[in-house]
Amino acid sequence: MGGIPTAASDFSPIASALVPTHDVLVIGAGLAGQRAALAAAEQGVSVGIISKVHPVRSHSNAAQGGINAALNPGDSWESHAYDTIKGSDYLGDQDAIEIMTREAPEEILHLEHLGVTFHRNAEGKLGTRAFGGASAARTYYVADITGQAIMHVLYEQLMKYSEQVARYEEWFSTALAIDENGECCGVVTRNVADGSMELFKAKAVILATGGNGQVWKPTTNALICTGDGIAMAYRVGAKLMDMEMIQYHPTTLAGKGFLITEGARGEGAHLLNAKGERFMETYAPNKMELASRDVVSRAEQTEINEGRGFPDGTVALDITVVPKKRVHEALREIVLVGRDFAGVDITREPIHIKPGNHYTMGGVKTDVDGRTDIPGLYSAGETACVSVHGGNRLGANSLLDTLIFGRRSGVDAASRAKRIEGSTPSKKVLEDEDAMIAEINSRAKGSGRRVSEIKLELGTTMDAKVAVFRDEAGIQEALEIVRRLKEETKTAYIDDHGSVFNQDLLGAIELGYMLDNAECTCIAALERKESRGAQYRTDFPERNDEEWLKHIDLEQTDDGPEISYSEVTITGWKPEARTY
Amino acid sequence: MADYTIKVRRFQPESGEGPYWEQFKVELEPSLSVLDALLQTKDREDGSLAVRCSCRAAICGSCGMKINGQSGLGCKTQIGEAQELAEKKMGAVGGSAERAVVVIEPMGNMPVIKDLVTDMESTHWAKIRRVTPWLLPHGAPPEREYIVEPESMLDITQPMACIQCGACVSSCLSMEADPGFIGPAALAKAYRFVGDPRDAETKERLHDLAEDPHGIYDCTHCFACVDACPKDVAPMDQIMRLRRRAGEEGIEDPNSGHDHEIAFVKIIEKKGTLDESLLLQESFAPGIKGKLKPSKRAIKEMLGSIPTAIRGIKTGKMRSLPKLIPGIHHKLPDGAQDDVKAIYKHAEEHNEEFNLYIKGEEDVEPEPDEPTDAILGDEAAAAAESESA
Ligand SMILES: Cc1cc2nc3c(=O)[nH]c(=O)nc-3n(C[C@H](O)[C@H](O)[C@H](O)COP(=O)(O)OP(=O)(O)OC[C@H]3O[C@@H](n4cnc5c(N)ncnc54)[C@H](O)[C@@H]3O)c2cc1C
Ligand code: SF4
Ligand code: SF4
Ligand code: FES
Repeated sequence: MGGIPTAASDFSPIASALVPTHDVLVIGAGLAGQRAALAAAEQGVSVGIISKVHPVRSHSNAAQGGINAALNPGDSWESHAYDTIKGSDYLGDQDAIEIMTREAPEEILHLEHLGVTFHRNAEGKLGTRAFGGASAARTYYVADITGQAIMHVLYEQLMKYSEQVARYEEWFSTALAIDENGECCGVVTRNVADGSMELFKAKAVILATGGNGQVWKPTTNALICTGDGIAMAYRVGAKLMDMEMIQYHPTTLAGKGFLITEGARGEGAHLLNAKGERFMETYAPNKMELASRDVVSRAEQTEINEGRGFPDGTVALDITVVPKKRVHEALREIVLVGRDFAGVDITREPIHIKPGNHYTMGGVKTDVDGRTDIPGLYSAGETACVSVHGGNRLGANSLLDTLIFGRRSGVDAASRAKRIEGSTPSKKVLEDEDAMIAEINSRAKGSGRRVSEIKLELGTTMDAKVAVFRDEAGIQEALEIVRRLKEETKTAYIDDHGSVFNQDLLGAIELGYMLDNAECTCIAALERKESRGAQYRTDFPERNDEEWLKHIDLEQTDDGPEISYSEVTITGWKPEARTY
Repeated sequence: MADYTIKVRRFQPESGEGPYWEQFKVELEPSLSVLDALLQTKDREDGSLAVRCSCRAAICGSCGMKINGQSGLGCKTQIGEAQELAEKKMGAVGGSAERAVVVIEPMGNMPVIKDLVTDMESTHWAKIRRVTPWLLPHGAPPEREYIVEPESMLDITQPMACIQCGACVSSCLSMEADPGFIGPAALAKAYRFVGDPRDAETKERLHDLAEDPHGIYDCTHCFACVDACPKDVAPMDQIMRLRRRAGEEGIEDPNSGHDHEIAFVKIIEKKGTLDESLLLQESFAPGIKGKLKPSKRAIKEMLGSIPTAIRGIKTGKMRSLPKLIPGIHHKLPDGAQDDVKAIYKHAEEHNEEFNLYIKGEEDVEPEPDEPTDAILGDEAAAAAESESA
């Protein structure tokens, strides 16, 4: 068959008798994980990539809008950096933001060379669209399936390099292994297909397990976004950072929480209250609908709270002002979302939307090469907090974050793997995990609450108390509920006690991760007594740079999260008042 | 809120028992999805009910399943609509609507692992890997981006929209007959590279896919994958594009399948049923009735198939001699022909939708497809249009 090399042989799971060993092990196969794995493999080390769902099912495929880079001749990385820093409400670390924005153009070109079908302008060159909080149109996109298109292309590369990268598809990680020197040396993972538990050995482990949106209900996030990596890192003593910073996206469908991409506003759609007023005129007269997300979400919530919304607690997004041809070409996905999930033809009538949980700015604290506090443990993507997003992430900066820091983590992890001998993880961690599962299985039906009930109470509590507007009493109340739910989880029972595809059991384990995430968010939100980015405290409505221009770090202790602080890195951009 | 009954085909591999049916009562808004119904059952009643799912929004491709016999996504099928369909189906066989339940099964053409979870690795992903699913450019990449026609990127964005859910594979009739068939999803993926101007191995890819006996000519143009696909990828259209590209490459269609299918579609539109005499003629010599002359090859093929036609009459497949004479075959009575036309109109409107990425909106002219339109006039355009995507 011509000059085309045939695909390498099918991946076969490693036999149980052996300890699966890789130089670099990546947990999570979204954009961050896949990019990390490919980057590590390029360094010539052996790589394994684990994902609890098939890699192309990862949540990165939901990213509709696009990816930012200052690649146009008239644009500059400094301008992109400034927008990101301002968007972050000055909580982003400027050294990391510089790296991300400087390396962005090259990354986009790399993706294009691999085969991503980016939108072209009339000359056949890469074309852009406008996005919120940006001073230039610098968002590159593939219709409104950007995340999917990039992820599928990376997965193509994983198939191409299947000899260098072993794929563990539908394997669920439960705990990290730390050696006697305090270095990460492996991870315990369950093969979902047959329930076997494996202790993987690795010289470096990269956590790229995505965000924790499922802690809130409703959310734009998929059911798998349960904060697993954040909790796994926290449980072995890694620091978490900025956990109070949870983004509410301005345009989600009420009820189900489905997202209408910011691309819609980028293409010119208007936000209207029930009186038909374009209310952003009041809140952000210059940028209007394209102000930063925290700003737009608060504006909408204010309209709704003050009675100018619709009876279903929403405002309207009017896409009919965008030319129809353009809608079909660039916003097809939301035409389908409108049609299939809201029964609305968005080309003909406005659609009701409201702010909804969307993104985890905080996460596992890392440096610019993905290194956490624990040697050998790395993190990238939504799980990590470098921090490039600070108090508020700009649209289309997250995909960029996953790729840039995914790649950097992969490269650094590979160089560590080349440098060190590596230690063998103790069987103890595997035994502990087996015992944990046996204990869940031993709970009799009716011994406590159903796992699903606890999840529901957690989600609605967090959405009510730790959302767009927060205050001390509300957060405190949420924290107490979370702690009660933690107790109740100890006796919560499941129906399925089998080995094959036991999703019930995985759900119970995920609930544990979610509760750790929730507790940390409540603690950090209580601690930050100011309003910055996504954290808006009605009892402290002003930003207070004097006291709070710093990160809140959390570390696990027997009595819950312990608070410490770290400096925000400022390289050149001094904090200013933030107007749009 | 409304009450529904779902009837799920279950299989618990560790029970030692075979597959069985189980009914569950659910209570939810009609606009919520079949997946929501399953998740409610899992949450409230039986956590052991296995179903892959994640996004709930027809993006991740996890929840392929059969609903009332139709392959699709659980999260994209509204429970209210599924119930209506179930009632209609029940009505059609004379049953009472009250007894209608929403029937949910695992996808077809794939081994079942547990309940609604199927083994996609051996049936779907292995096929995807078969088509060398990565870009094969020549030489070092340019300093900046590759400069390509904007339309070419939009064109392959249609197959790029595939979420690898497997619904098309589940529904594919050829796959049922020939499990070795590369299949709709993998061939759509193949077009994604063949149509990509950056790929340098187009020719090799086309030869590979054409020469494989389970390749592009193994598709019977049955539309099942088009109906099943939740993302309007229209895999069949991508396969037809591959065939056309193969034709342009000078690769011979071993069974004239491409022309045969166009003819099939056109005749049914005109006559309502299959007029076998016309089929032969249209397939091999679509010029006899019209202005164009049949090609030498077509005449040869037609002569070659006379024995087949005679065999057809003998075995009763073509019931009478007059049927072989064009024009004798009668149209359907009692306005049934109009129903057929209506189906075509529907298909045409569907077709509009498949091509949203390329066309953008309703009033964009379809691309002309040379000979066919000229021969049969307006009516043929519908058939031809499905090719010209
Ligand atoms: C609806 C929506 C639209 C968005 N649009 C945009 C946009 O336009 N532009 C933009 O820049 N950003 C956008 N974002 C944000 C962006 O998509 C995400 O932040 C980003 O994709 C996260 O990628 P990731 O690789 O970190 O994680 P994910 O893609 O979430 O991947 C996580 C991976 O970890 C695996 N995993 C998790 N837990 C475990 C475990 N215990 N064991 C094994 N594997 C595990 C999962 O299987 C998965 O493979 C959007 C987000 C949403 C929700
Ligand atoms: S049209 Fe072809 S590929 Fe599609 S289902 Fe029918 S036989 Fe299969
Ligand atoms: S072509 Fe359509 S039905 Fe087939 S796998 Fe892709 S999205 Fe699913
Ligand atoms: S749950 Fe993702 S496609 Fe249905």
